[in-house]
Parts: sequence; C-alpha cells; structure tokens
Amino acid sequence: MSGVAGASKARSPWLSAAVWRGLFRDRPMIPLLALLAMLVVASELVRPGIVGPDWIGVILRAAVPLAILAGCQTLTMLTGGIDLSVGAVASMSGFVVASLAAGTGTPTAIVIALVAAALAGLVTGIGVGVFRVHPLIMTLGMGLVVLGLANFWQLQTLMSSTGVPPELRWLGSGAFAQVLPYSLLVIVPLAAVILVGLRRTGYGRLLYAIGDNPIAARLAGARSWQILVVLYVISALLAAVAGFLLSGYTNVASVSLADSALLPSVAAAVIGGTSILGGRGGYGGTMVGALILTVITSLLSSLGYPDAVTQILFGAIIVAVAAAYARVTSQS
Amino acid sequence: MTLTTTDLLLEATGISKTYGAVVALKSASLAVRPGEVHALMGANGAGKSTLVQILTGAVHPDRGTIAVRGRQRIVQSPAEARRGGIVSVYQEPALIPDLDIRSNLRLTETPIEPFRHWLRELGLANLDLSALARRTPLASLRIIDLARALAIEPDVLMLDEMTAALPANLTERVLDVIGRQRGGGGCVIFISHRLIEIAAVCDRATVLREGETVGVVDVTPGSEERIVELMLGQIVDEMPAVPEGADRDRSRAATPRLAARELSAGTKLQDVSFDLYPGEVLGVVALEGQGQDELFDILAGSRHPSGGELLVDGTPVSFHHPADAIRAGLVYIAADRAEALLMQRSIRENIGLPFITRIRRWGLINTGEEHRLVDSAIATLRIDTRAQGEVRQLSGGNQQKVTIARWVAGGVKTMLCFDPTRGIDIRTKDQIYLLLRDLAAAGAAILLYTSELKEVQLVCDRAIVIFGGRVVAEIGGADADEPALLRAAYNLKSGAVIPELAAAEAHSEAGAAPSSEVAAGGSPDAAPAEPAEPSAETTAPEHNR
Repeated sequence: MSGVAGASKARSPWLSAAVWRGLFRDRPMIPLLALLAMLVVASELVRPGIVGPDWIGVILRAAVPLAILAGCQTLTMLTGGIDLSVGAVASMSGFVVASLAAGTGTPTAIVIALVAAALAGLVTGIGVGVFRVHPLIMTLGMGLVVLGLANFWQLQTLMSSTGVPPELRWLGSGAFAQVLPYSLLVIVPLAAVILVGLRRTGYGRLLYAIGDNPIAARLAGARSWQILVVLYVISALLAAVAGFLLSGYTNVASVSLADSALLPSVAAAVIGGTSILGGRGGYGGTMVGALILTVITSLLSSLGYPDAVTQILFGAIIVAVAAAYARVTSQS
Repeated sequence: MTLTTTDLLLEATGISKTYGAVVALKSASLAVRPGEVHALMGANGAGKSTLVQILTGAVHPDRGTIAVRGRQRIVQSPAEARRGGIVSVYQEPALIPDLDIRSNLRLTETPIEPFRHWLRELGLANLDLSALARRTPLASLRIIDLARALAIEPDVLMLDEMTAALPANLTERVLDVIGRQRGGGGCVIFISHRLIEIAAVCDRATVLREGETVGVVDVTPGSEERIVELMLGQIVDEMPAVPEGADRDRSRAATPRLAARELSAGTKLQDVSFDLYPGEVLGVVALEGQGQDELFDILAGSRHPSGGELLVDGTPVSFHHPADAIRAGLVYIAADRAEALLMQRSIRENIGLPFITRIRRWGLINTGEEHRLVDSAIATLRIDTRAQGEVRQLSGGNQQKVTIARWVAGGVKTMLCFDPTRGIDIRTKDQIYLLLRDLAAAGAAILLYTSELKEVQLVCDRAIVIFGGRVVAEIGGADADEPALLRAAYNLKSGAVIPELAAAEAHSEAGAAPSSEVAAGGSPDAAPAEPAEPSAETTAPEHNR
C-alpha cells in the first residue's frame, strides 16, 4: 500500500524501483510510449533515413487491423476471458465479402459477413456465459468451427469468387497523401467508442467488475451471462471489421488470412497493460502495444532476420512484459 | 493443581500467537493428566481452534512451550505431532476419496487389527475395507477416522467438533468409546459446542476467553453454569444501549417486510421461521456452523431453499439470483470483504456498482447523478477517501463501510448483515451500530447475524437463536445480554442441566436429534426448579409478542 508513498522519501527517487513500479501501475502509457519512441529511434539508427512519412504510413496500415483484433482481446481479457476465435472470424468475414461482393454488392456482402460473425459470437457467448465453458476452450473450439464452415463455403463458391472488392482495397491500403491510411477512418471512431465505453458506461464498468471479482459482481446483482453474451458478440463484430481491413490491406481473400494475427493480438493487449487475469487494463495501452509490435516486426525484417528470430523475440517480449506487469501490479 | 509437571501427559504453557494486529492467543495454557477426558471450551473467537492447530503442529506459536510426558517438544508439522503421539480427528474426515479404505489406512501406517477392533467397538463391524472412501457414507467416514486414530494408541487424542452433525446413534457410540478411554494411559481432548456431551464424558474442562486460559473446571453436576460464566467473563457494560424504549415498543406494521416460513436447506437448516418488520433490527445468534450461512445465502438469493417459503411484504418470492433478491429490496452485506469488493477498482466504482447492473443502465453513466449518490453515501458512512485509487489500499473498517455504502446510496428497504463488524476496529464498529439504528429508525428492516454477542443488546430489538439448523429461542432486546444469548446458543435451558438428564439425552435412542429436539419442543418447566435466573425467558419464543 505504501510502496509509492515510501519511495518518494527515498534518497534517489528517480532510480528507485518503487517509482518505476508506481509509474507502471498508475500511468502505464508513459513507459509504453517511451518504449515505442526507443524502437522508432532504433529503426532510424539501423537504417538511417527510413523513418519518414512513407514509413509511418506503412506502420499505421499494418497496425490498424492488429489494433482492432487486440481490442477483442482487451475486452475479453478484462473479464478474465480471451477470444482465440478472432483469427478465424476475421478471415471468414473477409472471405465472405470477397465471395459475395460481385453478386450482391459490397454493402450487402458486408452486412451478411457481420451477421455471420455476430452469430459465431452469440454461440461463443452462450457457451461461455450460460454453459460456463472456459473462454479459452470455447473460443478455440469456435475458431475451428468457423474455419471449417468457411472452408465449406469456399468449396461452394470457388467459381463465383471474384477477389477483394475495390472498396475494401481502398479502405485497407489507400492513404491520404500517401501517409495517413484511410483505415484510420475506421479505427478512430471505433477506438473512441471503446475508450468512452470502458470508462463512462455501465457496461464498461461491469466488464471490469466481473473480471475483478465475479462473486462481488454477482452479489451486487450483475448477471454475468448477459454481459458475456453481449461481450463475445461485440468481439466477433470487431474481428469481422478487422478482417475487412486486413483483406483490403493484403488484397487476399483466404480462409486463413488472419490466423497469423491471432497471437500478436493477444500480445498487443498484454504489452498494453491488460491483465489476462481480468479487471485491469484498457484500450489506450493496447493500441500503443499494437504499434510497438508492428514497429518491432518492421525493425526485425529490415535487419533481414528470418521469421524464426522474429517469432522468438515476440515470445520473449510477451513473457518479459507479462512478468514485469505481474511484478509491478502485485501489492506489497 | 498440586500435580508436578511429570504427572501431566500434555502441558502447554504461555502459548501466544498473533496474526498481524489480531491477537489470536494471548496466553493460553492447557494441562491434561493421563487417563483423562478433557474438554476445551470457549466462545467463538476465544482461540480454541488456534490452540488446537498449534498443538497439532499446523501453526507455530509465537511464544510458549509444549511438553508431552514432561519433555519439551517443538512440533513442526502435523506428521511430527502424529509421530509424537498427538493425533486429531476433525469434523471433516481426512481420507483420500479416490482410494479405498485399506489404502487410506496404509497411507497412515495404521495397524489393521486394532483398527478392526475399534470399528467393532464403534458399531461398524461389517465395513468393507475395499470400498472407495468416496462411496462410503459421511458418518461412517468420521467413525473410520476415529477408529484409525484410536488404533495407533495415541498419547493425546484430539477430537475437534467430531460429533457435530453425526447421527444420534453414532454419537452415542462415540461418546461411549470416549468415555471408556478414561483411566487408560492416554488422554482425550474433547471439543464440542454441546455442553450435554461435555457433561457426559469429560473429567475436567479448560476454558479459553479472548486468547487466555481463564479457568479449569472439574466437570460435575451443575458445573455447566460455571463453564458458561468463565466463557463470558466479566460482563463489560461500558457502552450504553443504543435503542431506547420508543424504538423497542414500536407498534408492528400489519405485514412483516420479510417473513420466512419453515425454510430448509438440506440437513443444515430445518424449518426456520421468523418475521422481520420494517423499523426493527432483528438479531440472529448462533455458534459457528449452525445453519446461519445457509439461511443468509437463501435470503440473499445465492442459494435455493430445499423447502419452505419466503414472503416479502406478504407476497411469496422465489430467488434464482442475487439480482432477484436485490430487486425485492433485500441487500446483503457479507463479513468477507474480499467477497464483496472490486479490490482493484476505486471507491466510487465500488459504491456505484449496484446501479449499473440492470441492462437498461448499461449505457452512458450520468456522472452528475452518480457523484451525488456516491458522495452522499461517503458522507453518511464517513469513509476516509484519502486512498483514492484502489479499494484494496483501504483499511478493513473502511472497506466494510464501502460495502455498506453501496447499498445505503440507493436507499435501504431490507438489509441482511452477516457479521458486518468482523475484524474491524472499535470506532468503526460503533459507527456501523449507529448507522444500523438510523436505518431502522428511517423504516428499514435489518437482519443482523453477529458473532459478537455484545452487539445484540446494543443494536437489536430482539434476537432469534439458531442451533442445529433450527430456531431454538427468541429473546427480547432488553434481555439479550451475553449470558442469556450464550446459554441459548449452546441450547442450554434455564438454570442448569441436570447430568442425569444430559446423560439420558446423550444416550437417547437413535433417530432423535440429540439435543435440539428436546429444546425446541421442551418447555422451560422441564428444567428443575433451579435458581430462578432471568434467563428463564430464553426459551420462550413468544416472549416478546
């Protein structure tokens, strides 16, 4: 309890561990932004002249879908859950739009994909909220089911599929003045809704509440199944939006499009300070986490390291950050 | 007391143990002679269980010495205590459910033949040793536990509430076997809430109060009174009774706010009925584990009753979730703050929690309205808000205030308080008492379970006493002093219990609940014309009507 107060009286306050601990706990954005800045500087040092408007555009375009998928993880992790079906749901949504757009028009195709995603989220939510299946198991299973259904759909529509519609390509890979990607038009309002929603709405508070102490939430009258069903539907819808942007960004419509983004989405939320145990974290940190991961990936690939090295570093960073958070947020 | 140390089988002296600021044991001592059945007595929180844990090596004392047969011992673990001849049997059987009985015996290196002998003595001769422990009835498991302990012929056999919830016929057998341990080479330390059992089998009793040994009593006819007196100690009466006459004689509203009709929950709670009227604080008094937990769980909507009916304002209700109880105006305050609070969230969010749980309140929070509600609740309860961040940084007393403030903020109709002052400082306790009185004066109905009997007279208009899952007494607030409550809580009738009656009761035939039955049905006149104590009223349920 007195960790922070005690530290201010220490002899060298700026070097004391308790100050850092307080900083991490109360203002996690500051060290995160510092880490991001360090990585940008490192990129510039490794390849002088690389950091410029074009580079920023590239980073942002890659980071936006990741940040949205990481939003799914943030919301579910706040309740002590996780959503491992986001990869499959995102891929499925992107693929459904690509396969239907030519026939029905892009807007209708998008609506159909969103409905399909929402149905998957509803099933997940009922499994987690009503039947009390652990979210890890439920979303893992649901991800496989969605992947299987998407494969089935792929076999049915192989002939008619015409590729990613131009609207999505524009949204996913276009940019204002070649710098600010159009996908910001999606993430900025989305992020605003999530940030305000978590802080200022009853629903957002309840997400924290059931993650912090499900018994207390129950005794206060919260019916967690309602909250969880809505949560997994929201998560699936977010995943679908990420899938649209991702297919536009890569100009690929594939049933395994977003698979490789699943673990980075968890990593971004964890790096951003959301506790996998629930009740702690927020979306601001997650977005910075997504940027950090994107910059690291770009940095490593510009060094010419093979994927294996990137993966090892990814894993190491996640473990290190999670351990650091566990240390600073535990009391005493 | 003229015995020298070497005459004693077990001697513990000056045992103390503190947990942080809480003193569990101040200076406890226990001296047991060979061949003796010795009772260890004390009200809730007196330090009985801590002393037992220390003797069995589960907890290390801060200070004090333990000697067995005159040689000092430092017991580091239960296994070591066992090797040293100290064996204990608890209320919960200590058998591994997925092993058969024989394997369980092998694990503890129990010799089989003596074990079979004791099984026969305890009336379980044809037990199948190859049956899985999980398939064996609970009562049999307790007997197996006892036979296993007896089989290794321990120096000190500790029985902690072993007979609680044991069927009457088995209790009789157990008491019989324990009684026959008298005069042998070992000794038995017997812990029970039932004074009748103490009277039936024990030679002497050591009484603990507030972490200290306050007396050793030879158990003879009539000594129950002395034991109860010792458990109570000097009645401190420095605090004025808060409720004044006007409140107590409040004319009752036509319909009770909350009425329980023959509520049952399995075997833990049986036929509990009471009425709770607006404007009154009704106390619930019970020793640990008498069914009060189940009662409050049912009222708070966390548990479904197995029988009976619950009426709110005269209308039958059925709760499937705490939200149903809250909607009916029943709010629950738990003793365990960790159960009620969002430890990582702010005071404000914790107090505001009940207001956002309904789906139509899931939208944007009206921050102005929320601030007003929360601030007024903080002011009412005088919560120290210096620790703005997380509730886990608050003191225990402040945390408890937050759990109460959460419900006060929205206006209270019926409040169910389960030991709300457990483990908090005296000033906060007083504030909570006053708050409960104020709420009642404003028309709220309050049900208060408390393990601190002093509180009853301070706060409650009347109190019901639960023993063995049944309401055994109703006592008016004015008469609810500690002796009266404790006698009722131990289901001890007025005056004293004559040992013949006690023995007869303890050996009563199978099928009858050993003691609660008699008290529930028996009238005060059943007791002999012993000194006319004021507590004669304790068993008159209609006294206050």
